[in-house]
Amino acid sequence: MRGAFSEALGLIGSFDPGLAGIIVLSLEVSLSAVLLASAIGLPLGAALAVARFPGRRAVIVALNALMGLPPVVVGLAVYLLLSRAGPLGELGLLFTPVAMVIAQTLLVLPIIAALARQAIEDAWSEYEEQLRSLGVGEFDAALTLLWDIRFSLLTAVLAGLGRASAEVGAVMIVGGNIDGVTRVMTTAIALETSKGDLPLALALGMVLIAIVLALNAAAFLLKEAAQRRYG
Amino acid sequence: MGGRTTLALIVAVAALGAVAPAPAVAQERFITVSSTTSTENSGLFRHLLPLFRAATGIEARVVALGTGQALDMGRRGDADVVFVHDKAKELVMLEEGWFVGRRDVMVNDFVLAGPRSDPARIAGLRDAGAALRRIYDARSPFASRADRSGTHAAEVRLWQAAGIDIASQKGPWYRETGSGMGATLNIASAMNAYALADRGTWLSFRNRGELAVLLEGDLRLFNQYGVMLVNPAKHPHVKQALGMQFIEWLVSAEGQRAIAEYRIGGEPLFFPNAAR
Amino acid sequence: MNRGSILPLRLEGVCFGAGGRAIIEGVSVELEAGSSTIILGANGAGKSLLMRLCHGLLAPTAGAVRWSAAERPGAARRQAMVFQRPVMLRRSALANVTYALARANVPRAERERLALEALESAGLLSLAKRPARVLSGGEQQRLALARAWALHPEVLFLDEPTASLDPGATREIENVIKAFDAAGTKIVMATHNLGQARRIGDEVLFLHQGRLVERAPVERFFSQPESAEAKAFIRGELPWAVGRLSH
Repeated sequence: MRGAFSEALGLIGSFDPGLAGIIVLSLEVSLSAVLLASAIGLPLGAALAVARFPGRRAVIVALNALMGLPPVVVGLAVYLLLSRAGPLGELGLLFTPVAMVIAQTLLVLPIIAALARQAIEDAWSEYEEQLRSLGVGEFDAALTLLWDIRFSLLTAVLAGLGRASAEVGAVMIVGGNIDGVTRVMTTAIALETSKGDLPLALALGMVLIAIVLALNAAAFLLKEAAQRRYG
Repeated sequence: MGGRTTLALIVAVAALGAVAPAPAVAQERFITVSSTTSTENSGLFRHLLPLFRAATGIEARVVALGTGQALDMGRRGDADVVFVHDKAKELVMLEEGWFVGRRDVMVNDFVLAGPRSDPARIAGLRDAGAALRRIYDARSPFASRADRSGTHAAEVRLWQAAGIDIASQKGPWYRETGSGMGATLNIASAMNAYALADRGTWLSFRNRGELAVLLEGDLRLFNQYGVMLVNPAKHPHVKQALGMQFIEWLVSAEGQRAIAEYRIGGEPLFFPNAAR
Repeated sequence: MNRGSILPLRLEGVCFGAGGRAIIEGVSVELEAGSSTIILGANGAGKSLLMRLCHGLLAPTAGAVRWSAAERPGAARRQAMVFQRPVMLRRSALANVTYALARANVPRAERERLALEALESAGLLSLAKRPARVLSGGEQQRLALARAWALHPEVLFLDEPTASLDPGATREIENVIKAFDAAGTKIVMATHNLGQARRIGDEVLFLHQGRLVERAPVERFFSQPESAEAKAFIRGELPWAVGRLSH
């Protein structure tokens, strides 16, 4: 364990270019997926919180359930879509970072949408009467609330980021773990483990955790500062 | 802090995504090669592919899977070239028309590793079949990959050569790990069990414990690698010209020399044997 | 009144029930422009509910709420409401008012000017750029008033606006309400504070257990209540004052 820790520090300190490339790719893929999933999922969650339509409760239950989608299943589904034998094979996206972003976006979307829905529904109970009194339509109200509770929504987004940066099943299958092209932190860890190089795998794991911790700390400080300013 | 800063952050992240080197996605001169995890784990590709690229300007992207999966990937047309080590299966699929242009490339070998204490007393034998017979008779612990990989297939054939139908004759001494080579060796090391391993993984394996190579050199332990092009007749999108360049480079004098030069700890791993 | 005024407001046999219980029963009344109307009653009498039915936040289970002119969607609402607890967005005080103006499709160039005017009328000009949510309770309630008034509605509903405020803040709110009243907006306010009712109101609608029991000009209501329920209510709120209210 201690050996792995010092190996982790050694990895970080030496700025190994291969490792740097892997880290950058991991961040690119996961952050892109979270951005995309937020762009779709936040308005979706808001709309679901505010609108009333038949079957709404069934949709909410389904969305909540999708939070637990196994990454490897998503990976398999996207692989079948993007494979040459599949409907979108012509795009030639398999084994590229784009395919990884697609898979992770699908994985993270239900998390962000479901958590946003809950947060906005809670806010809606506070704001509903006042907004309706001002003549604000449902869709408009959803967007207003999204912006108003944006720092609480940050938690939903961070949950999505956690999921994306931690998963290996989806990116392994659709990315292929190609050296220098689609190898990310989690697939690199899986590879080193399968090679029996456990200290290196552990060291990489520590680096990954450190990065995710740093991101979360930054988000937390941002949220605190904003709350102090806007009340 | 607030709206404008949030926006700035989002733009910065998006810019990072756009500007940071998108690894050769824009570059057209690449091929997708499906190969096996044990080949990847040996580090051979790290050594070969830059040489290939320097010679031809083509980037070979290797997706490493189990042998069966690698061949299947070729059949589905998700790869341009397939580079595996299960000649029997390769020939069958060649016959079926999924691949064309097969060439022998190199051999590597398996070693029979086990605890130094050698309870089954196989050290000094030259015949792998006889060694397995002794292990069976002694019911010594044996760790098997049991994952339908090329290595596993070779192991099963060796048991058959020893006159043992391992599927029906195994007992608690026979541990099926269902895992990759490294993980299986980890288990063998922890249990002081015998195991069949490809030399590449063995040489890079850092967790040997009491294990050592007890038998090697039996011809039946040699493993033939072959390379094939996915049949463009079945999959018109296959990068035929670039793929053939890869195959031709592997069997060329230059490629064969590169293979022979690859060492781990000073020991050669692969023995080029492309027919002239 | 103006062409197309939404007043008078007619309630015809309005009922509201929930869970099998009738909470508002058969309220029929006509509210005209000009006078400030106080809706008085004990807690649970149905004041808040009646206000929400008038404002349109709830639909009656029987009967009808009829305004004299329909409101055009997309135009500024001609009736507004201030709630007991102000609900502000996480923006500056000014931005909260411009938000309401934007929703009424007031042209962008006009919004800030109108918002500043509204803030001034509520004595909040110096706090315009402050985040609304860090203002005190009284200040937020004044902001709610300013926001409601910025669109110059014909009718302003107020649901116990000072119930959560201290006397000083209460006085400030009452002053703002009186200013709006003087400017021509019809005030309809629910309260159970009798002093406030006398300070602000011209007439009283007295609700008891969901029914409209008495309607009278404010002074006559307090000095000569006709119904037994009204008498009991006044006695309950001001037990020393029965019979000594005609001052």
